Amino acid sequence: MFRQSTFKTVLIALTLFLGVYAILPTLLGLERIRQATAFLPAFLVPKGAIKLGLDLQGGVHVMLEVDRAGLARDLVRQLQEDVRRVLRAERVAPTGGIVAQARGVSLRIADAAGRARILPKLQELAVPVTSAVLGNTGQRSLEVVDMGDGLIQLAITDAELNERIRRAVDQSIEIFRKRIDPEGVKEPAIQRQGLDRIVVQVPGARDSKEITDVLQPGKLEFRMVAEPGANPAEIETLQNVDEGGGTVAVERRVLVHGEDLTSAEPGFDQRSGEPIVNFRFNVRGAQAFAKATTENVGKPFAIILDNKVISAPRIITPITQGQGQISGRFTVERANQLAVLLRSGALPASFTLVEERTVGAGLGADSIAAASLASGVSAVVIAAFTVATYGVLGLIALAALLANLILIFAAMALIGSTLTLPGIAGIVLTMAMAVDSNVLIYERIREEQAAGRSAISALDTGFTRALATILDANITTFLAGAILYLVGTGPVRGFAVTLCIGIITTIFTAFTLTRIIVAAWYRWFRPKVVPI
Amino acid sequence: MKLLRIVPDNTKFGFMRFRRVSFPFSALASIVAVVAFLALGMNVGIDFKGGTVVELQSKAERADIARIRATAGTLDLGDVEVQEFGGPRDVLLRIGLQPGGDRAQAEVVARLRQVFAADYEFRKVEVVGPRVSQELVQNGTIGVLLAILVILVYLWFRYEWQFAVGAVIATMHDLVLTVGFYALTQLQFDQTSIAAILTIIGYSLNDTVVVYDRVRELLRKYKKLPMSDLLDLAMNSTLTRTVITAVTTILALIVLAIFGGEVIRGFCLAMLFGVLIGTYSSIFIAAPILIYLGVKVGDGVGVAQPAKA
Repeated sequence: MFRQSTFKTVLIALTLFLGVYAILPTLLGLERIRQATAFLPAFLVPKGAIKLGLDLQGGVHVMLEVDRAGLARDLVRQLQEDVRRVLRAERVAPTGGIVAQARGVSLRIADAAGRARILPKLQELAVPVTSAVLGNTGQRSLEVVDMGDGLIQLAITDAELNERIRRAVDQSIEIFRKRIDPEGVKEPAIQRQGLDRIVVQVPGARDSKEITDVLQPGKLEFRMVAEPGANPAEIETLQNVDEGGGTVAVERRVLVHGEDLTSAEPGFDQRSGEPIVNFRFNVRGAQAFAKATTENVGKPFAIILDNKVISAPRIITPITQGQGQISGRFTVERANQLAVLLRSGALPASFTLVEERTVGAGLGADSIAAASLASGVSAVVIAAFTVATYGVLGLIALAALLANLILIFAAMALIGSTLTLPGIAGIVLTMAMAVDSNVLIYERIREEQAAGRSAISALDTGFTRALATILDANITTFLAGAILYLVGTGPVRGFAVTLCIGIITTIFTAFTLTRIIVAAWYRWFRPKVVPI
Repeated sequence: MKLLRIVPDNTKFGFMRFRRVSFPFSALASIVAVVAFLALGMNVGIDFKGGTVVELQSKAERADIARIRATAGTLDLGDVEVQEFGGPRDVLLRIGLQPGGDRAQAEVVARLRQVFAADYEFRKVEVVGPRVSQELVQNGTIGVLLAILVILVYLWFRYEWQFAVGAVIATMHDLVLTVGFYALTQLQFDQTSIAAILTIIGYSLNDTVVVYDRVRELLRKYKKLPMSDLLDLAMNSTLTRTVITAVTTILALIVLAIFGGEVIRGFCLAMLFGVLIGTYSSIFIAAPILIYLGVKVGDGVGVAQPAKA
């Protein structure tokens, strides 16, 4: 019998109602809907609106990658220190020092007794690598190998390096967030991608430089400028970006680190009116700075950001209050930026930009206009063609199509997905292919009727037989879409998402809604022959 | 109301006879596609070869392309391709991968901004580093192969093996011709093209599955009909659907190609081609090949029952 249970009808009506409800925030603005539904229990308040992709609203997308070699160098430097400490405690001196390599250190200890004493101590440096994701990996951070001939090699394992990279990326994501959006208004999307990459998307940004400028490491150090005749092993020469340029020789020893800052605010120098950054140290920093400035009155010290000297003022009086200012011929903008950089702390690693996609707001607006026009025109064309071919049943198909569209947007709003230009193409394509499911049903009904069945019997068998085919045919497209989602990035993923959601809603509406409307239409008119 | 009939009722077209034409035709077309691919190569976009693309819009009435070319030439960026894009105010600059790894690519845009920012609006900037582009190539290739494999397994599970093999041959046919289409038209081949190819595969299989479903049904119903007659019957009874669906999809794609803007035009053109050959291959390749793969009338008895009324 071609009958539908009331329960099923109510369920579908409810689904559609919820669908409309879920897209209200997208149509009318999330905030307005949140306010209007504030009296409802929390789970009934719509969660989100469909966001426009950067290709439609304009913005900057950059992908950054951890400088793996740089991070390895940092680890090697730290390892050198650790080994030196062990050797000092055991009073063993290596021949030729502790040699740094790309992924470890080596040292030669000719004395066999000393070597036997030192080896177990060095082994202790190798700790189990525990990962926040994987738990205990069962691997150690170091491989300590006695190469024979007095040579000991310590190599940093892949497990350790990867875990360090993972942690550096996690910390950097937080720091990036603070730096890019200090006021919390830009809604940037900052996400890890793979092990060592971060994708940063900032809607509305116009130039990737706005982003990349604040993604520098931000490592601040205060050191003394080297005095003539200082031990060459204890000084290094850094680029000077302050007035005068050139290079400056500074001591390797760091007086105070950037971590000891408690605040950094942009301001103006009271005398010159030049933009500066005012800062304040914590207790440890204040004490160290007071001691250093007291001992070195009259001598210049260097303020070093990311291994570049940004200014090298002379100490006029001891600074004991734990506060000071950084000047360096800044613009107002740069002083602001620097303050944010210093407040957010230094990045644990440096990053390289490996991909950029920036869309201007103008192009985005043009794309939206083009996409709206194309969707509108194709909707009209599809509708005209469907009604011309199937008459009243065509109208029913269009109703199903409309419901389908509502459900697609509702699903996108619920999973918080992003609408991109290819995504819109995906929806238009889905509309065309959703018509296909109705065509399959209607053609089957036509055939069954031609084979001599009564109207009601033709309708019933038509639906049942076509549905198996619809399912089979759509699963293959769904599989292709799912794979596209897995391998695609950015806008292409948007296309895959809409394609896959569209297939699910198409099957749903074909199985339920079309059938219910056709059944209702039949009960109402009781046609002897299906007009098809 | 008089309804539109694209395909007359009771059409009895001898599709299977056409295999003597369609097989050699497809074989020839595939060879042309492969030769075009090898001889012309594809117009690979920066997604897959790395580099920089910048879309500029002049703040004045029209863009001075000669001057842009001359200015860009002084920047020591290697070969800079400058072309009009859309309207007279819009210009597209393509700059190849710079030597010096990822860092060197990021520099390019900064230098372009220095010289062009005063007179032009930067509508779009895309920079893809050497390693990212390699990964995108890898992902794209894996995606297409994986799609074919997964679908093969699905079809094998759902039908007899002959159907799965037939569907894959038809899909490969569509894939090869689409690649040939990209080579001959020199349409830009980028990530969106992978999306187009996978969608074409999906659409073509969708069509093939509809036809195969009918073949399977008829195999169970008619035990004595010669195979080629049975296939003809299956083609003819699904023909209206095949045509109507293809027409709807093609209409939608034409509209998108005309009004949807420069960004998705290439995608729509490839899809248009794909829908045409996908429809063709379902009828003229996927179905007749079943004869050669040894599907026999009466085989349907052993075939798994589909969901039935």
